[in-house]
Amino acid sequence: MKCDSLMNPEKINPSRRVHQRIPSGCAISGMMSEEGRRIDGRAVIKSIACMHDRSNGLGGGFAAYGIYPQRKDQYAFHMMYDNAKSKEITEEFFKDAFNVDRDEPIPIYRDNGVSNPPILWRYFLEIPENKLDLLSERDYVMKTVMRINSDIEGAYVASSGKNMGAFKGVGYPEDIGRFYRLEDYSAYIWTAHGRFPTNTPGWWGGAHPFTLLDWSVVHNGEISSYGINKRYLEMFGYRLELRTDTEVIAYLFDLLVRRHKLPIEKATMALASSFWKDIDRMEPEQKKIATAVRQVYGSTLLNGPFSIILGHSNGMIGLNDRIKLRPMTAARKDDMLYMASEESAIRVIAPDLDEVWSPRAGTAVVGRLSEAE
Amino acid sequence: MRIDAKGMHYRQLNKMIRDAVASGEKEFELDDIGGQRYIGGGLNENVKITINGTPGNDLGAFMNGPRVIVNANAQDGIANTMNSGEIIIHGSVGDIIGYGMRGGKLYIKGDAGYRVGIHMKEYKKQVPVIIAGGTAGDFFGEYMAGGIMILLGMNGKSPLVGDYVGTGMHGGVIYIRGKVDPYHLGKEVSCLEANEEDMKIIGSYLKEYCEHFGFDLNEVMSKSFIKLLPLSHRPYGNLYVY
Repeated sequence: MKCDSLMNPEKINPSRRVHQRIPSGCAISGMMSEEGRRIDGRAVIKSIACMHDRSNGLGGGFAAYGIYPQRKDQYAFHMMYDNAKSKEITEEFFKDAFNVDRDEPIPIYRDNGVSNPPILWRYFLEIPENKLDLLSERDYVMKTVMRINSDIEGAYVASSGKNMGAFKGVGYPEDIGRFYRLEDYSAYIWTAHGRFPTNTPGWWGGAHPFTLLDWSVVHNGEISSYGINKRYLEMFGYRLELRTDTEVIAYLFDLLVRRHKLPIEKATMALASSFWKDIDRMEPEQKKIATAVRQVYGSTLLNGPFSIILGHSNGMIGLNDRIKLRPMTAARKDDMLYMASEESAIRVIAPDLDEVWSPRAGTAVVGRLSEAE
Repeated sequence: MRIDAKGMHYRQLNKMIRDAVASGEKEFELDDIGGQRYIGGGLNENVKITINGTPGNDLGAFMNGPRVIVNANAQDGIANTMNSGEIIIHGSVGDIIGYGMRGGKLYIKGDAGYRVGIHMKEYKKQVPVIIAGGTAGDFFGEYMAGGIMILLGMNGKSPLVGDYVGTGMHGGVIYIRGKVDPYHLGKEVSCLEANEEDMKIIGSYLKEYCEHFGFDLNEVMSKSFIKLLPLSHRPYGNLYVY
């Protein structure tokens, strides 16, 4: 783990990356100003770079909220294309499905060790009124995202929310962050991920964060209930095409919070629900709620080890699996809330903290934007 | 030897320490530590290492002799398979500390995370000791095979310890200052009041512990302790035997 000089890629011998076995797990880091103060991407890169040795160069990514204030009412689609053909087909589809207000390449900085990127393009989209006769705006966007990911070969949606974006790819996270020039963006929430793929492939679309609308998830761990969760989500029109377990978490939050209107705390209760033995000991009212959540949302329970940071327009949420099989530290300083796999990754950007704690298993840490309702 | 470790990779840092130890250096002060792993790992000499900043995972792993002092919180995997020496943490620690620890002392001023002292073991005079001043998470002493753990709960938080305390425990002893709801205990432990003999053992370690952190020994000893012992030295002898 090395902080500053890792930002300089020449200092790492590339051949060592390939041949050395690196004992690691993924790394996650998130930071949020609850007052909505926007900060540039250098701090989050420094934080995730501090945990360099938790990743192996096969995936890194960031989610940023508040980055397109001039276009905050438009859906910002960050796209990844394998080739010009998939771009052309998708753009035809966009012309039909949306009013494309602007499209442009996502600015990148090539000279830093990130190789073979797909075509990276972003679109600022408005929805024609006539498309919304039968669907809400966000249901419409969700369906288009599913459609692109499953039906257009070589085209993948990296993010599709308003005033936010995901920046991800194959590489170490600090290299990916520089590649996307994150120092040029200002956000009130940043989340980051360094990947060590275990049982799913390391590819650009499979890097974290996983997103849908304004939801984004970075995840350390593996979801062994993926099959159950996937089948459940498919009943509600979600199509899981990205070959990585984390995808289910983003869609589960969309389903439970946006569509079923569960409060965030109840949604996290469904994903990391209390054990029956503990429910048996609860006070009657609490017991009733916990029992109902487990009964109704049995298929959304996430099994297996995880620590996740969820981002959305109005906040940031950290959550661990029920027996804490992955690490997570949380901290506060003034208006800032921090979460990371390791305390050192917080201290490297905020040495003096007001409060530092290890969240308990299955207990959400919730950050809220103060101006949000 | 004083090392400014700002931005230094753990390999470089630990190599510098190992090389200096090999050439006779006895005392190290590491400044601006920020997440470097394996500090003190595998060292066999009785050197002293003072750490300013947050050390990375597996602090003192396989360590055999040194005294490590951390003037901050520390992370996961401290004293992994440690054999002898002393680690003194002036703060709280993360998860899986003292995993497979087989000797030496780990003194923590604040709280400890999940899975403290999993499968600690002892052999004759090699008895590892972990003391934490605050509370601890689930799986405290899981599969513990030897050694002594003392949990003081002096941070006013409740419960003192999480679920599954001593699940699969088959050796060693756990002392907890205060009461633990039997609900939190694993099926493989019995819970007793600490007797006079136990209090002598506890007192001898706590004297040292209180000196490190400036606690008042009499005050710490004024509350009663419970003692957790394994019900069997071979709890799973009949598992998978059909």
